[in-house]
Amino acid sequence: MRNAFADEITQIAKDDPSVVLLSGDIGNRLFDNYKESNPERFVNCGVAEANMVTMGSGLAMTGMKPVVYTIASFLIYRAFEQIRVDVSYHDAAVLLVGVGGGLSYASNGSTHHSLEDIALMRSLPNMQVICAGDPLEVRAATKAFFKNPKPTYLRIGKKGEAPVHGKALDEFEVGKSICLKRGESVALLATGNILPNCSSVSDELEERGISSSLYSFHSVKPLDEKCLEQIFIEHEYVVTVEEHSRKGGFGSAVAEWFSSQAKTKARLFTIGTPDQFLLYTGNQESARKVCRLDKAGLLEQITHFIGPA
Amino acid sequence: MIASTDHPQKTEREFEPLLAVAARIRGRIIQLSHQARTPHLGSSLSFVELLVYLYWNFLEISPSQVKSPDRDRFILSKGHGITTLYAVLAERGFFSPELFEGYAQEGSPLPEHPSPHCVPGIEAATGSLGHGLSISTGIALASKMNGIPFSVVSLLSDGECNEGSTWEAALLAPVHKLNNLIAIVDFNKWQATGRSTEVTALEPLEEKFEAFGWNSLRIDGHDFRQIKSALETAKDSDKPFAIIADTIKGKGIKTMEDDNNWHYRIPTKEEVDSAFAELGIESL
Repeated sequence: MRNAFADEITQIAKDDPSVVLLSGDIGNRLFDNYKESNPERFVNCGVAEANMVTMGSGLAMTGMKPVVYTIASFLIYRAFEQIRVDVSYHDAAVLLVGVGGGLSYASNGSTHHSLEDIALMRSLPNMQVICAGDPLEVRAATKAFFKNPKPTYLRIGKKGEAPVHGKALDEFEVGKSICLKRGESVALLATGNILPNCSSVSDELEERGISSSLYSFHSVKPLDEKCLEQIFIEHEYVVTVEEHSRKGGFGSAVAEWFSSQAKTKARLFTIGTPDQFLLYTGNQESARKVCRLDKAGLLEQITHFIGPA
Repeated sequence: MIASTDHPQKTEREFEPLLAVAARIRGRIIQLSHQARTPHLGSSLSFVELLVYLYWNFLEISPSQVKSPDRDRFILSKGHGITTLYAVLAERGFFSPELFEGYAQEGSPLPEHPSPHCVPGIEAATGSLGHGLSISTGIALASKMNGIPFSVVSLLSDGECNEGSTWEAALLAPVHKLNNLIAIVDFNKWQATGRSTEVTALEPLEEKFEAFGWNSLRIDGHDFRQIKSALETAKDSDKPFAIIADTIKGKGIKTMEDDNNWHYRIPTKEEVDSAFAELGIESL
């Protein structure tokens, strides 16, 4: 996903001199092409996230289009007050890109996990929260920011993720979910980098005789409420899945919406990481197993929720 | 560097009009604190001369150019001193002084800490400390990138030099040769609950900025001549420039000077009257 972002921002900056890319001393070689074509519009802000975010806001105040890029956990947790005051409160059009969302950096330990970032960011007024499910969503969401610049948190994975969508998302809109598969009984609503797992879970459910729909809710905020209404009418079970704490994230956003609905018939189940730090050493795949977010764990949780077929 | 102090008589004549303005601004600040029962009076009184000089003689900003891309920018990083900036902006015609009637009251466009663009001339909503220098660094960088020359002046409190983000910005600005960036530290030697030089190891403050790659100058922050000289030096600097302004918290009113109770104390009607008499003003 980060390569997709680097490529997309390089293309965009070629045509738009107001783009400024601020990096928190990460992305070694990643932005070489960008720097080559746009050396004056790249700033390595060093390991100083608070200043970087606020500088981004200062740049936006002059009409520039700043992109602040660093590891999600440092960007959001270290600089949250700066994001709140200087980006959100000022309604400053800064694109905050958090790389390594969720358990992408599992092997680095809990300091590098971002499992509470969606909860924090979606609580901020004026802030859009987009969690990209694959490299094509990264590209589309990056483009969408420059079409209509607003304070935005774009949460991406790291590298090597295979595309889930078959082709470029030319119709991508912030706040509009994407239906990847239409089924009947269960609706799987995924946000962010857990999308590929949900896709294989959906296929497996099919094989077990359970018809399921699959949606990518890349936009946690604004939430596609119109689509949710339909989903809750058309299915018996709705399951949200995210690589983020069950507390406060995408599932919570759907549950908040759900609590205000008088006539929905479907039952809601939210899946995410448990309310604890992972003291376990291992890579993303094994961390997902521990959190029951791997294919087997997800299937187990979902089939337990819907009960015997 | 320490500023020179030549020609005192000439100074008095040259700056007489500004001295009168400063007295009126102080009167306004004291009146606002009294009427709305808002704190930070001592903090607001310590940088009156600095702000008056900036808005009367230095910054290229006027009510008609509050949106001009090439206007100079002033960022009051110590947002708790906002009454001084409000008073100055009103005096310069950015908004009507009638707005002061409702200051910090329900529905007023003048909150106790400024909200974004609450009145013309407010560039940024400050009040949380340690943000102003970073905002200013971003703006100064944009000026350089776009080739639109203007100055960015950020006024910080000494207490706010406790904030790590202030030093993050201070480290980065010289790398980008932001010689259009001027930081002024209102060094009134107090923060909310103690002597700022005792709470953290602030001194030697001008040397700290110099060690971070800035040029700096230490001045008497109540002396217009030194303020003028420092800003002129800053304008020609090849690096970002820090003016360490030695000031007195509560300056201008003898009973308030260097008394940190006035960080939070609200003046009574009698204290307002006596302050006006001391300032030599009858009304606002």
